[in-house]
Amino acid sequence: MTDALTISDLVVEFDDFRAVDGVSLSVREGESFGLVGESGSGKSTVLRAVAGLAPITAGTIAVGGETLGRTRSKDFYRRVQMVFQDPYGSLHPRHTIDRALAEPLAVHGIGDAEQRIVKALEEVGLGTGFRFRYPHQLSGGQRQRVAIARALILEPKVLLLDEPTSALDASVQAEVLNLLEEVRRKRGLTYILVSHDLAVVTHMCERLLVMQHGKPVELLTSADLAARRIETPYTRELMVASEGFKRGA
Amino acid sequence: MSALLEVENLRVSFPTRSGVVEAVRGVSFTLGRERLGIVGESGSGKSQTGRAILGLTPPHATVSADRLVFDGIDLLCVSAKERRALRGKRIAMVLQDPKFSLNPVMRIGDQIMETLAAHGRGTGAEARRRTLAMLEAVQIRHPERVFRLYPHEVSGGMGQRAMIAMMLVAEPDLLIADEPTSALDVTVQLQVLSILDKLVAERGMGLIFVSHDLRLVSSFCDRVLVMYAGRVVEEIAADRLHQSQHPYTQGLLNCLPKLGQSQHPLPVLDRKPEWAA
Ligand SMILES: Nc1ncnc2c1ncn2[C@@H]1O[C@H](COP(=O)(O)OP(=O)(O)OP(=O)(O)O)[C@@H](O)[C@H]1O
Ligand SMILES: Nc1ncnc2c1ncn2[C@@H]1O[C@H](COP(=O)(O)OP(=O)(O)OP(=O)(O)O)[C@@H](O)[C@H]1O
Ligand SMILES: [Mg+2]
Ligand SMILES: [Mg+2]
Repeated sequence: MTDALTISDLVVEFDDFRAVDGVSLSVREGESFGLVGESGSGKSTVLRAVAGLAPITAGTIAVGGETLGRTRSKDFYRRVQMVFQDPYGSLHPRHTIDRALAEPLAVHGIGDAEQRIVKALEEVGLGTGFRFRYPHQLSGGQRQRVAIARALILEPKVLLLDEPTSALDASVQAEVLNLLEEVRRKRGLTYILVSHDLAVVTHMCERLLVMQHGKPVELLTSADLAARRIETPYTRELMVASEGFKRGA
Repeated sequence: MSALLEVENLRVSFPTRSGVVEAVRGVSFTLGRERLGIVGESGSGKSQTGRAILGLTPPHATVSADRLVFDGIDLLCVSAKERRALRGKRIAMVLQDPKFSLNPVMRIGDQIMETLAAHGRGTGAEARRRTLAMLEAVQIRHPERVFRLYPHEVSGGMGQRAMIAMMLVAEPDLLIADEPTSALDVTVQLQVLSILDKLVAERGMGLIFVSHDLRLVSSFCDRVLVMYAGRVVEEIAADRLHQSQHPYTQGLLNCLPKLGQSQHPLPVLDRKPEWAA
C-alpha cells in the first residue's frame, strides 16, 4: 500500500535551537496517525514543517511518494491542508465566514464558489445562517468547525490537525471528533492529529508517535496503548498522568 | 470557616442588536480557602462569572448582584480605583487565551520583569533572576532561551505557563484560573496544578478553577459548580462528580472518549429546555 505521507529524519532548527531532532514516520493512505508528547516537544513544528511553515534544516518529506522541495506549490495545498491549534487566531477577525471560505477558492482559481461554500458549511453542521457572521459572533466550537470547513473546501487528501479540540468542551469535542471521523470515512482522507489527550488520540488514530525534546520516543498502536503494552518510561508517565491529579504525588 | 468570597444572585447581560444576551443568570456560591471548580459547556457563562468577580466585564454590559463580597470588602460599592488596586494585588485571573493576553511585541521575559516591577518585587538583575526562577517553576525547559522569545515563538503550552508565572508574581489571595492548563500535556499539567495546589494548602489562597476537563476537575478540586445557560445547575463534591445524578452532568461525562473503550460515533449532548429553566 502507498504511503500518503513520509517524514524521514526531519530536523528543524530555529537559530541554534533544535525544535525537531530526527523524526521519521510514515502514514498510510486513509490512516489516522497521532502525535502526542510533552509541551514544546515539537509536535506543532512537525506539522508546520510539512505545511511549509517551518524551516527544514535536514531530512525529507514526501507526499504521495513525491519528495517535497524547499517551497510548497499551490498544488500542494490542494492536497494537504492544516487546521491550527489556536481557534482564536486562525480566523481573520474582520472577515466574515463567507470570505474565509471564499478566499482559498479564489487563490486556487476554483469556480462554483457559491455551491462549494454552501456544501462546506453543511458538511460541518453549520447552516447557511452562519455564512455572513464574523468570528466573534461564533462560539469556540463553531469557529473550529469553520476552520475545518475551510481546510476541507479544497478537497485535500491529507489533513494536518493540531489540537483540533483542546479548546472545546466535552460536548462540542464529541461533535467535532464525530465530524472528523465521518468526513475521513466518506472521503478516504489521511490525518495526522496532534493532541495531548490520550483518550482522544486512541479514539481517533490507529497508531501514534510519542515525542519528547524534539525526539521520537515510542511508536505504538492505540490498541497497545489502551492495553498498556508500553515500552518506555516517558509513555508510561503520560499514561499515569492522564488518570488525573493525585494529591501528594 | 469565614468565606473569602461570597457571590449571591450574580447577573451579567449584554445588550446586542438582536436583544439582550443574559450571559450569567443568578449565580450564587461562597468560596473559602479551597479549590472550587466551574465546569459547563461552551457559552455557559463560566468566563463571564470570573470576569464579573474581577471587575473585568466589558463596559457596555450590565452586572448586578445581591451580594459580592471579597474578604469583607463589598465589591459592589468600592470605587473603580480601589477595584483596580485589588485586582493588581489581591485578586488575579489567568485569562483563557494566553496568546491573546500576552503582549505580542514584547519578549516573554520582559513581560514578567515588568509585572515584578509593578509589584515592587525587584528590578534589574534581581528581577531577571526571579523571572528565570518563575519560568523554571512552571516547568519551562531552557528558561534562558524562552526569556528572549516573543509570544509567537513559543508553543501553545509555553505561552499558557508564561501567563501563570505572571499571575504568581502577584501572590494573590484569590486566583481565578480560566482554562489555565488546556494547552498543556498531561504531565506538565499536573506539575502546574501542584503549584496551584501548594498555594491553596500553604498560603491559604482561594482558587476558582474554570475548566472543560471534567476528569481533571474531579481529581483536583474540592467542590464543583456545573453551569448551563448562565446558571448553576448542580453543585457537587468533586470526587463525587462521576456519580452525579443530573442528566446534563451525566451527558457531559458520557461525551468523553475513554481510553480502552471504543465507541463510534461518540454520544453527543441532547439538550433539554428544562435545564435552562
Ligand atoms: N518561530 C520560532 N522561533 C523560535 N522558536 C520556535 C519557533 N517556533 C517554535 N519554536 C520552538 O520550538 C519548540 C517546539 O515548539 P512546538 O510549538 O512545536 O511545540 P509543541 O510540541 O506543539 O508544544 P505544545 O503542546 O505546547 O503546543 C519550542 O521550544 C518553541 O519555543
Ligand atoms: N461581548 C459580548 N456580547 C454579547 N454576548 C457575549 C459577549 N461576551 C460574551 N457573550 C456571551 O455570554 C455567554 C457566556 O460567555 P462565556 O465567555 O462566559 O462562556 P464560557 O462558559 O466561558 O464558554 P467557553 O467554554 O467557550 O469559554 C455566551 O453566550 C457568549 O456568547
Ligand atoms: Mg503545539
Ligand atoms: Mg470561557
